[in-house]
Order: sequence, then C-alpha cells, then structure tokens
Amino acid sequence: MTRFEYHKPHTIKEAIGLMGSLENAKFIAGGTDVMVLIKRKKIAPAHLISLRNINDFSSIDIGDGLQIGGGVTHSDIVANEFIQKRYSALTDAAGKVGSRQIRNVATVSGNICNAAPSADTACPLLVLDADVKIAGPKGERQVPLDDFFLGANRVDLGPGEVVTGFHLPPFGLNTGSAYIKHTRRQAMDLPMVGIAVRVTIRIGGSEIGCKDAFCTIDSISNILRRLEDEELRCEDVRIAMGVVAPRPVRARKAEAALKGKVISEALFEEIAEIAASEAQPRDSIRGEAWYRREMVKVLTKRAILISVDRVLRPDDMILRGHDAASCPRVRG
Amino acid sequence: MKREITFKLNNEERKVEVDPGWTLLYVLREVLELMGTKEGCGYGECGACTVIIDGLSVNSCLYPILEAEGRAVTTIEGLRAASGELHPLQQAFVNEGAVQCGFCTAGMIMSAKALIDENEKPTEDDIKDNIAGNLCRCTGYVQIIDAIKTVAGGGRT
Repeated sequence: MTRFEYHKPHTIKEAIGLMGSLENAKFIAGGTDVMVLIKRKKIAPAHLISLRNINDFSSIDIGDGLQIGGGVTHSDIVANEFIQKRYSALTDAAGKVGSRQIRNVATVSGNICNAAPSADTACPLLVLDADVKIAGPKGERQVPLDDFFLGANRVDLGPGEVVTGFHLPPFGLNTGSAYIKHTRRQAMDLPMVGIAVRVTIRIGGSEIGCKDAFCTIDSISNILRRLEDEELRCEDVRIAMGVVAPRPVRARKAEAALKGKVISEALFEEIAEIAASEAQPRDSIRGEAWYRREMVKVLTKRAILISVDRVLRPDDMILRGHDAASCPRVRG
Repeated sequence: MKREITFKLNNEERKVEVDPGWTLLYVLREVLELMGTKEGCGYGECGACTVIIDGLSVNSCLYPILEAEGRAVTTIEGLRAASGELHPLQQAFVNEGAVQCGFCTAGMIMSAKALIDENEKPTEDDIKDNIAGNLCRCTGYVQIIDAIKTVAGGGRT
C-alpha cells in the first residue's frame, strides 16, 4: 500500500497552514480522483490534507442567490429541492456524475478543481454565472468561473490555495436552465459532449407564469408555436459546451445571436448551428469530431427548449404528469 | 506511522491500529478479516466494495481509513440478524436467483440497502440509478432488480 501521512484539519486556516508547512502535500476532499491517481501511481504525495472535517464546509445557503460550500457533494446537490427548481442545470449534471457511491463523497469543488474538459458540473456553473471562492496564504478572493479555468486540467489556483465554495447570483421565475450529458452508456461514463443552457424570457416586459395552455403534456415545440403571437423574448442567455475544447467554454456568438430576440424553434435551430461552429471538438475514443459537432447542434437546441419549458411549465420538473386542475400557478 | 482509530463497525465499537495509507477496504479484509466485502477494480468503477457509511453507500476501495474514525460503517456481515436469520434483501436475492457467481452480490445488496433505508418505496428507475455503480459481469441484472423490488415493494412479488 502507498505510504502517506493523513491530516484532518477542522478549519480552512489550519488546512492552509498545513499546506504551507508540509513538503509534497496535496488536498483531498471526496478522494474519488486523488485516491485513484495515487493507486495508479500517477502521483505520490507524502501528505494528504483532508477537507472532509472542516467545520461548516458542507452547507448550501440560500440568500443573495446561492452559496455552495467547498465540501458539498454531488448527492447534496441532487437532494436540494431549491437547486432543482431554480438552478436546474446543476441538478441535471450532479445527478449524472459517476455512480451513487461516487456522488455520495465526490465534491463539486473537486470536480471543478480537476478542470477536466468533461467535468459535468462545469458547464452548468458557467451558465449560472458562478463565482469561485478561494482561500490561501494571502487571504481570500473570488473569481468568475470562466476566468478560473486556464486550460485542460489547469485552474487559477496559486500555491497553497484551496476552493472554499461557489456563489451563484439569484435568478427569477422567468429563468430556466438545463444540462444534457451525451454518453455511450448511462452510468460511470464521461460525456462525449455536455451542453448547458440558461435562458431568461419575457412577454411584453412582464414576467410570465403558468397558463392553462401550458399545463398539458404537449411538446414544448407545439406550445412555442401556439405562443408565436405573444412574442416571447429572450432577455438573457448563456450556453456552455463541454468536451469540445481543452476546457469547458461558452458559445458566445450563439449567446449574442439569441439575446434580445423573439424566440421560436426556428431561431433555436440557427443558434444551435452557431454554437456548433464555435465548438472545436477532436477525434477521441468516445466519439469523432464530426459527430460531436453534430451533437452540439442537436443538444444545444434541445437544452434551450428544455430551459424554456422549465420557465413555462416549472412544476413539470418536480411533478411528472402535471395536471392543470391542481396547478396553483394557473391564472384565471 | 501507525495510528489507533475507533469507529462503529456493524453496530459494534472497534479499535484498530492502522497505517494512514490504508483504505477502509484493506482494513476490512486484511486486518479485520471480513471477507464479505470484495475488491473488484480497486478504482471505484465496479462497486464490489460498496459499504454503508453513516447511511450512504460508498466505495470502500477509495475511502481513506482515517476518515472512518468516529463514523458508523455497515458491511454485508452486519445485515444478518443476531438469530442468524438473513436480512430480507439477502433472502430476496436467494429467492429470486439474483446470485450467480456471487462476486458483485455484497456490493449490490449494500447499494440496495442504502436505497431502501432512504426511500421505502423506490421506483424501478430509482433502483437502476442506485445500482448503476455496481457491475455484475454474469449480467444477472434483471433478477437483481426483481429481488430488490420484492423488498422495496413491501414484500410483494
């Protein structure tokens, strides 16, 4: 068995202090990546500094948006109903990582710090405008996630620095988001493409809610067609793509082409093509480049539709078989 | 350097002398000689080493032993009643023919137990989702899902 010393600090300050005083030390949270790297002899740290016993590190706090602690696991995210309703893309992603056993211990911060191009929670956090909270020997700082990723497996963390959590801004009821992970098999697989979308929509300047017409099992495409005259407008949008570049990236041209426009399925088709043109996928064991680009197109359109659907029919996310008669949001 | 830790194993306080570099799986099998928990891949892919820690299913092959300190660990050996009677999940696996070579069985049952403890009436999708991290290379998944359903559905088949 590999030899290392194991440290269990109770505060972040203590953890950073240990990192400063020990030679060849590494932080470990859930350990589902670090332990594998050690067992495969890719790394050989002399000291592991555990982040599992830090006080108040695993909390999810609502207020001024959302605060996610550095020790929050993927299972914690999945179990949180508020995140499921208001930050749905993150729930979509957290529930698809690894297996239940992995999700029970693996942290979102760990997923982000590894900065794999395929990291499932990266795209949702990008579209949800997350800031990364960092603590280190020189104090605390906060950076937008988009600036935190420097390249494949490279992040903006200095010596001795550690991610202590994330801050996400608040979004209104007229905002919906979604993440789609495209894989060869349903469990224990990395995505060959991952797409996250967030949209904020408006009708004539006022927030929209559920109407009778939406409380149906009709497809979102049909509902959009029926709403053509109402001029639903896309007020804001984010699109992020995973595994199509060395790091998770935003499709900025596609975002710009959608923002401020009256939405329709035909427009989403155009947006999806722009996103595909921004993707730079490579051939790999999980899929060829041409196929990935094609799937970026399909999944971008689908993720936009799901996001819009989640604004128009919000309860559908929680209640399957939503019925109009019992819908509290139906307006006279 | 060896350290002594205390944790609850199958409802019993245990004191063990461990090396910080050991995993929980190593201690269970090689130190405490509880051979029910299996090592398959050793990298958290196959789920043969699944145990329950403080109510959650975990791959014990990736779990640093020092994190077990002060926690409650349940292994397959902890399921059988004091009278010797099998746990309903174990009996269901026998009844439904869900044990073939047997290597994945302990992990499957521990994943199923964690699920049922959390959700008394899981749907088939819940069951599939919760055992997605447990590989059965005999591919006897249908019988395994059936077995879990008989217990999850309150004993009906």
